[in-house]
Amino acid sequence: MSILHTVNKSPFERSNLDSCLNHATKGDAILLIEDAVYAAMKAGTFAARMTDAAKQFKVCVLGPDLQARGVDPAGVIDGVAVVDYAGFVDLAAESNAVNAWL
Amino acid sequence: MEEEYEGGVVKKFMYVNRKAPFGTIYALEVLEMVLISAAFDQDVHVAFLDDGVYELKKGFNPSVSGMKNFSNTYRALDGYDIEKIYVEQESLDERGLTADDLVVEAEVLSRADMAALMAGMDVILTA
Amino acid sequence: MAYEFNGKSIEADEEGFLVNINDWEEGLADLIAKDEGISMTPEHWEVINFLREYYSEYQIAPAVRVLTKAIAKKMGPDKGNNKYLYELFPYGPGKQACKIAGLPKPTGCV
Repeated sequence: MSILHTVNKSPFERSNLDSCLNHATKGDAILLIEDAVYAAMKAGTFAARMTDAAKQFKVCVLGPDLQARGVDPAGVIDGVAVVDYAGFVDLAAESNAVNAWL
Repeated sequence: MEEEYEGGVVKKFMYVNRKAPFGTIYALEVLEMVLISAAFDQDVHVAFLDDGVYELKKGFNPSVSGMKNFSNTYRALDGYDIEKIYVEQESLDERGLTADDLVVEAEVLSRADMAALMAGMDVILTA
Repeated sequence: MAYEFNGKSIEADEEGFLVNINDWEEGLADLIAKDEGISMTPEHWEVINFLREYYSEYQIAPAVRVLTKAIAKKMGPDKGNNKYLYELFPYGPGKQACKIAGLPKPTGCV
């Protein structure tokens, strides 16, 4: 029993990521897509929170969305996996339900 | 988790409202979706958290801004046999609201209990 | 389409539902009913009035199932059943009665 949560808003602008982290349960997967990929960066203010989250949840970030924003995957927080579209599909297939935090 | 019911499969659906009633069309659209979902004999849960709790606030009056007054429509949910309505305690607290401020009777859940309820759903639609 | 009523043209959608709910009045209901092949009786009016009250209370037109149940609750099982309501409104107490009552198409009607 696990849920794949997708978050697509920048955490600097909206509370979607915060709310998602507050409602995910142990073993869930969280995939950062679109503007939420900014939350995955070691250099940002969300680094501590996301590093912590990666210990409880399977946290991933969508590679093509990093690339589109000119964000270097090398700067992604340790413990956060970079996945491609096929990886996105795998995450959805492994989960019982998908919760898109729009 | 799934049980056979009149030849069909009953799934646990949760509609999660987390946006204020105005500014976007999400609140109204989710409400209509919930009402339509009642026709399919599924196990429907409706949750209100974050700014979504404002959707249930007494006295909110969309007709002031020329919109349909869908505040009243939340009270129709009961007649559509949608009785599993949940509101998050922390979201109420953050906004200085209590269950008495709401137009419908809802079960107030802690954030942790809300998360646990969500974890058991087959389909979740958040907006 | 439009209904010609009292020298005015009342706007309706392609299925005959009023575009503006405030255009409705009792005489117009008789006219819409005639278009639908129904001649209004006190029994018809009872349902129409019930629907208008429901709408004013909840701001939606109820799905048939919900309407039937609500009528049973208020007027008893003799009236709150499909047979009775479909005899009054052969094309569906949801759709047809809502049209005559000047309401939009029922929410949750599939």
